[in-house]
Amino acid sequence: MLENQSLSIPLEAYLLLASLLFCIGVWGLINSRNAVRVLMSIELMLNAVNINLMAFSAYLDGDLIRGQVFTIFVITVAAAEAAVGLAILLSLYRNRVTVDMESFNLLKW
Amino acid sequence: MNIANSTELICFLVLSIIVITGSLGVVLLSNIVYSAFLLGGVFMAVAGLYLLLNASFVAAAQVLVYVGAVNVLILFAIMLVNKKEELKPIKGLQIRKVLSAGVCAGLLALLIRVDLTTPWNLPGPSAIGEKATERIGEHLFTDYLLPFELASILLLMAMIGAIVLARRDVLVNDVGTGESVDQGLIEKTTNPILIDKRSTS
Repeated sequence: MLENQSLSIPLEAYLLLASLLFCIGVWGLINSRNAVRVLMSIELMLNAVNINLMAFSAYLDGDLIRGQVFTIFVITVAAAEAAVGLAILLSLYRNRVTVDMESFNLLKW
Repeated sequence: MNIANSTELICFLVLSIIVITGSLGVVLLSNIVYSAFLLGGVFMAVAGLYLLLNASFVAAAQVLVYVGAVNVLILFAIMLVNKKEELKPIKGLQIRKVLSAGVCAGLLALLIRVDLTTPWNLPGPSAIGEKATERIGEHLFTDYLLPFELASILLLMAMIGAIVLARRDVLVNDVGTGESVDQGLIEKTTNPILIDKRSTS
């Protein structure tokens, strides 16, 4: 097993790191009052998912590295999401002159 | 445990400490500019983790796209909207934070339990190592060709959508004739619409 050199770190270590990062992202998504920080938390969560995919791809998928391909697609979608999200944020800021999430309640009854 | 393994372990520990403390800083720091720079650090550390997993192409894509594009975009957005503002205090904010922290801790416990109790099929087939970049190219142009083309259309849509959403229409002169444009027809609100029920009623 010359090629399986990355097994000195257990797979579970990567999974634990990814779940911790994901939970931090969820907490930030719920509790941030600055809309830019909400977008940053979404990026953190996407990165946690990417770490999971990459770890599974390296440990369980052999030479069909489908996890890496999926990670590339996730990175693409994350870039598109960041662009559109920040454009929406700018448009909101122009209309409400604030980035406070609590004041974006136009669609709330 | 030879020296390569221990070096890898030390690298993993350092990178995960950077990731966790950096993401905590992103979420918890009050200055949003510091948060944005820490987010760049977290992205770089995640790219380092990808290098540890023998995925050099994805690590390069992570650095280029996340650090080079997304993080810079976030910094520009912060510069555009960074007005010092006093956030209105909300009743029960602390309780809300504690409750959501509890929910997130529950989610974390669930995920950790799944991580540790699932019998993963280890050791799997031997990893591909340095040939990963070629294999990704083969995947993208054979069996993942349709998602690849869809991703390009998605990026085009996101670009046009972002331009349409974020532009501000101020045309003083008509582009073709040079006459002054009837400004009443163009949406160019300079005074913001502040619909705040609490202040008006």
